[in-house]
Amino acid sequence: MSVKHSLLALLERGPAYGYQLRAAFESATGNTWPLNIGQVYTTLNRLERDQLVEALPENDSGQRPYRITDAGRHHLAGWFASPVQAADRPRDELTIKLALAVTTPGVDVADVIQRQRTATLRLLQEFTRLKAAEDHAELAWRLVLESMIFRAEAEIRWLDHTEAVVARSELPAPSPFAAEPDPDPADLASPDLDQTEAR
Amino acid sequence: MTVLHLKGVSRVHGSGENAVNALIDTDLQIAAGEFVAIMGPSGSGKSTLLNLAGGLDAPTSGEVLVEGIVLASLNKKKLAAMRRRSVGYVFQDYNLVPSLTAAENAALPLELDGTGTGKARKLALAALEEVGLDAKQADRFPDELSGGQAQRVAIARALIGDRRLVLADEPTGALDSTTGEEVLKLLRRRCDAGAAGLLVTHDARHAGWADRVVFLRDGRVVDTSAPLPDAETLLEGAES
Repeated sequence: MSVKHSLLALLERGPAYGYQLRAAFESATGNTWPLNIGQVYTTLNRLERDQLVEALPENDSGQRPYRITDAGRHHLAGWFASPVQAADRPRDELTIKLALAVTTPGVDVADVIQRQRTATLRLLQEFTRLKAAEDHAELAWRLVLESMIFRAEAEIRWLDHTEAVVARSELPAPSPFAAEPDPDPADLASPDLDQTEAR
Repeated sequence: MTVLHLKGVSRVHGSGENAVNALIDTDLQIAAGEFVAIMGPSGSGKSTLLNLAGGLDAPTSGEVLVEGIVLASLNKKKLAAMRRRSVGYVFQDYNLVPSLTAAENAALPLELDGTGTGKARKLALAALEEVGLDAKQADRFPDELSGGQAQRVAIARALIGDRRLVLADEPTGALDSTTGEEVLKLLRRRCDAGAAGLLVTHDARHAGWADRVVFLRDGRVVDTSAPLPDAETLLEGAES
């Protein structure tokens, strides 16, 4: 998630200081992704260094507001104009788990799928209940909630599909390791896989 | 109070070598105020379960009870009366009578049951109001209504009178996602108001409106999502 672009977007509404930005971010996303205030100030410092925002004089209560610059606006417009790349998203543990499940001896794949489906459906029920509870929710919050609902739905559909595919195919024998060529030592570091966050 | 109770219900179609076990030894209870969704792939027994619950089909073994009455103990006439008075259906294609207005459609179960026209109309208007349709819309014919409105009429018809069990078979089938959601929201609200709801769907997003979700596979219940905890605890685990 890009804290940098989120702050720029919020500053486009008008000058604000750190605590206001954090509150505005959390209210827009329904407290789904809590931001710590240190992270907000570090990011603001970096944005100021890159001249995407500028600090205004301290107000009476000693808060220093920031204002977006023209360069910042330009940068923000570029962000809105470009799609999110698949590589920017965290890798999907469930996909990896199922890919391993079908090749690991003794794993009941149908059971793994059913457990996940029940858990994801439960989450979907909870999201739906949150949504039902707020009939006139803020648009931004509703959008975040619905994104989680559709994602959960997509995961369940994918699980249904995977279950059907697995049931119809003979499970392949796990690939014997000896059949693989010796790994290049550089591959062992596996930088892509060990990277915890895309940015 | 348990409105629908399936006790060890099985349904076998055909016999001998051609026997198909559509539903196997299934237990299910739905209380007043509860909304339960049945999910499963095609041929898993979802519709069989719904038909058994509504008395449209009889189990090969086991018992189906609606409001405490064993359906198999009723003769044909009494079963039909029970279906009219206790059970409401909502179908994918609405099943409204095209030559009757929305109000007449909603009033139909009452009129079939001998309620006077004036009284039936009054109750129908009230039922339509509960699903968000006004008096003007009540006098329209089904082909003058949008899909969402038609399904609202079907829900009003399903729950008119004292009926407390509503059985819905893919009720959002032909509707777009926001209109479909309105229909689900409405079913949810009717259940919150005291009805017992049973929804058959293959759409997880719709099942999300239910209190419990029952998964069927090859005629058996393979899993049930437990009732929900307090919503407050939810977001703690949701960050990415």
